[in-house]
Amino acid sequence: MTTLTPILTKSWDRPDSFTRTAYEADGGYQALRTALGMPQDDIIQAVKDSGLRGRGGAGFPTGMKWGFIPQGDGKPHYLVVNADESEPGTCKDIPLMMADPHALVEGVIISSYAIRANLAFIYVRGEVLHVIRRLQQAVAEAYEAGYIGTNILGSGYDLELVVHSGAGAYICGEETALLDSLEGFRGQPRLKPPFPAVAGLYGGPTVINNVESIASVPSIVANGADWFASMGTEKSKGFGIFSLSGHVTRPGQYEAPLGITLRELLDMAGGIRAGHRLKFWTPGGSSTPIFTDEHLDVPLDFESVGAAGSMLGTRALQIFDETVCVVRAVLRWSEFYAHESCGKCTPCREGTYWYKQMLKRLEAGQGTEEDLETLLDLSDNILGRSFCALGDGATSPVTSSIKYFREEYIRHFENGGCPFDEAASTVWAGEK
Amino acid sequence: MSFAPEVLERLERDAKEIIARYPKPRSALLPLLHLVQSEEGHVSDDGIEFCANAVGITPAQVTGVVTFYTQYKQQPVGDFHVGVCINSLCAIMGGDQIWRELSEYVGVGHDEATEDGKVSLERIECNAACDYAPVMMVNWEFFDDMTPAKAKQLVDDIRAGKQIAPSRGAESVCTWKQASRVLAGFNDGRAGEGTQAGYASLRGLQLAKESGWEAPEPERGAE
Repeated sequence: MTTLTPILTKSWDRPDSFTRTAYEADGGYQALRTALGMPQDDIIQAVKDSGLRGRGGAGFPTGMKWGFIPQGDGKPHYLVVNADESEPGTCKDIPLMMADPHALVEGVIISSYAIRANLAFIYVRGEVLHVIRRLQQAVAEAYEAGYIGTNILGSGYDLELVVHSGAGAYICGEETALLDSLEGFRGQPRLKPPFPAVAGLYGGPTVINNVESIASVPSIVANGADWFASMGTEKSKGFGIFSLSGHVTRPGQYEAPLGITLRELLDMAGGIRAGHRLKFWTPGGSSTPIFTDEHLDVPLDFESVGAAGSMLGTRALQIFDETVCVVRAVLRWSEFYAHESCGKCTPCREGTYWYKQMLKRLEAGQGTEEDLETLLDLSDNILGRSFCALGDGATSPVTSSIKYFREEYIRHFENGGCPFDEAASTVWAGEK
Repeated sequence: MSFAPEVLERLERDAKEIIARYPKPRSALLPLLHLVQSEEGHVSDDGIEFCANAVGITPAQVTGVVTFYTQYKQQPVGDFHVGVCINSLCAIMGGDQIWRELSEYVGVGHDEATEDGKVSLERIECNAACDYAPVMMVNWEFFDDMTPAKAKQLVDDIRAGKQIAPSRGAESVCTWKQASRVLAGFNDGRAGEGTQAGYASLRGLQLAKESGWEAPEPERGAE
């Protein structure tokens, strides 16, 4: 049996966990002292050896990303933290930054030192006021303690750190759109290559990492790469925060080694809500193809989830029971993608719009079975045909739901409308 | 430019501070737009012109940015801007019913404000609090585990001038303009208020403690 491994979440139950005093009392900023005494390349090597892969969804090896930064090129380097957490279902970085912003700040300083950056940004979504306050305060406290600024702890290393609030655009979670946004433009993705490691912010070498990835760095420096790699699976090492939401008895954040299964997590979370059963779920947010009760024992690591036809993504496990109409869920996600498509690439801009129109019609029971083929054909014309992964993500719920629940779509036509009672899915169903 | 001289002076002082954070002035555009929104409650033509002058681009270029981001409002919103999450999970858990009942109760639709200017409503997308669904936001503070009745009570309290307290956030919700100023990067000194973590955020940790589960100990000798 896999058990939980609180590391990032370990201090969250301490009422003053977000203060520097509390963080230091729990050993915080010791890893920074260790790191500043190490050659930068040794830190990069340790992160490579740990096997840490990006926790923002794509799973790219973090140390390798850092290794792509050209050294000795004379250009300013930048570290940008992607704190734009907006993928539907994903709710791990926000509580992390609210409860323990110093873990992120310490990670930023160590990571910036390793890649030889003297300026770093935390790009945080603008719709989380109190989290922004906590970040601003943590950064101010770190400056006061001499952890940020000039000649940090006498090391000769200088770093400035800016908390930058976004303004409401899901697309800015895409790393190159984030850079455009941070430069003061509409947040639209850039064509890659060149990758940000070569030409990123202001055209300079830039590392962009997710909050959880960066917050994991101090633990690797403190405890060693082997310690980190002792958890998880062979190719998906370490731990991660699994976010359970929806029709589970105890939704919440569960930090575990990669490779844990939904069955194990559901046991911990008290199972599906009383009197109901699992119907479908997302392993890593709405952009990852849905799973069903067939997939309860798929190890939640990058390889296994991929082999089963989806993606680990952000470990955002949105759980839906048998009261839920899959067509309704997919329509809502499609409306979301249509709303959030930045409009740069035609297949995504037009395709998500058509999804929305067609699914509305299907949900109202006005479609035909032929429309399902049109939806799949449309999906082929979106997938892989745009600059970034937003359009690809939009196809995931559509194609996977048709794969597993074709009959349910058809029942809408036969029924002349949605056969489900929306009220039965609510939190307060059965209370009256 | 129709800002009063003392307002303009204050905005210019703040703008200078914001621009100084960045290697290139244009990077300051998003915070500057939050700043002008903190002055007027929305981004007006004057606000656009101010930002354009501040970073040395045209008002058309600023407008292109304003229209891209949903948090910038080109029409006045209420002092308390109320969001109801209608993305799939929250919608299904009850967000749809909350929206329908609340919108009818308040008498305004998406991105509309009441005549007294106290409340505006918005259908919002996922706000990263799914373990507390259905979720609402007021001036970007979290209101967790909402119901139609709680949503209506919340709006009643706002309109009655009562202080409202988020589930996870400051002790009371500040005004829309005050919130916008924090987004512009000005610390309002309220970070210490409120809980460090909500109950759902702590569930895994509590279970681990009850069960005696811990992460492996590092091998100190090996270092």
